[in-house]
Amino acid sequence: MASNVYNLFIINKSGGLIFYKDYGSLGRLDTNDSLRLASLWHSMHAISQQLSPTLGCYGIELLEADTFDLRCFQALTGTKFFVVAEPGTQGLDSLLKNVYGLYVDYVLKNPFYEVEMPIRCELFDLSLTQLIRKDKGVIGR
Amino acid sequence: MAAPGRMRCMYIFNRNGVCLHYHVWYRPLTTLSPQQDQKLMFGLLFSLRSFTVKMDPTSNNKGHLGVPQLPGQGCSFHAFTTNTYKLSLLETPSGIKIVLVTDPGMGDLREALRYIYSNIYVEYVIKNPLYVPGEHFRCELFNAALDQYVKTLK
Repeated sequence: MASNVYNLFIINKSGGLIFYKDYGSLGRLDTNDSLRLASLWHSMHAISQQLSPTLGCYGIELLEADTFDLRCFQALTGTKFFVVAEPGTQGLDSLLKNVYGLYVDYVLKNPFYEVEMPIRCELFDLSLTQLIRKDKGVIGR
Repeated sequence: MAAPGRMRCMYIFNRNGVCLHYHVWYRPLTTLSPQQDQKLMFGLLFSLRSFTVKMDPTSNNKGHLGVPQLPGQGCSFHAFTTNTYKLSLLETPSGIKIVLVTDPGMGDLREALRYIYSNIYVEYVIKNPLYVPGEHFRCELFNAALDQYVKTLK
C-alpha cells in the first residue's frame, strides 16, 4: 500500500513529458522544470543501460535518495511511468502497473488521443487521483 | 569457472571526476573503453545528483537545474537498482565518491561503503606516504583488504 506518493510522471518513448501530476509535495515543479526533469530522467535511464556489467539491462527501476524513493516502470513500447514517494514506500511497482492499466484504458483507447502527445483526458486524471488517494493508507493525509 | 559472488565492480572518483581506482570482480559485458566508461559513470552520477536535488519533494527552494552541488548540499541519492545490477554510492564531504556495482538482490550497502572508505581507502591509500592525492592509485594491500572485506558482504 503506497503511503505517500508525491508525484507521478509519464514520458513518451522519445523522452518528452506527456503527463505530470503533483499529489502533495512541497516542491511542486513548474512546467519548464518538469519538462527538463523528464528529459533528464529519460537520458539517465538510457545511460544506466550502457553501464550494466551484464547483458539485458532495461534501465533504472528504483532510485533511493535521502528524502524520496523513485520507482520507474517502462512499458514494452518505451513509455515510462515513474512515481516519487516517501522513502521505504511499499507497493509502488503494483501501483505503477495499475497506472499503466488506467493509461491503456482511458488514454490509449480514447479515439481522440494522439499517441506521444500530452495527455488531456479527464477520466484518466480522475481515476488516477482515486487510485492514489485510495492507496494513501488509513491515516488519511 | 567459479561462481561469481555478488560484487561486480567498484569505482572511486575524486571531486574533479578523476577516477582514482577501478576494481572489477565479475564483468562479462563492457561496452566502452575504460576511460569512456569511467567518464560516463561520473557523468551519470553528476546528472543524477542534479536530478535528485531538483526533484526533492520536501524542499521548495532548489535553485536551478544543473548547478554543481557541494557534497552534502541538497538531496542526494545513495543507490539505484536496475534489473541486472544495483549501484550504491557514498559521497564523502571531501568529494570522494565510492561507487559499488553489485547484483540486484544486494541489500543496503551504506555501512559497507563507509567501512570501505574509513578502514580500507583511508588506511591503505591516504595514509600511504607515496600516494599523490588526486591521482589514480594501484596498491596491493588495498586490493587484498578490499577483496577480503567484500567476501564478508552478503
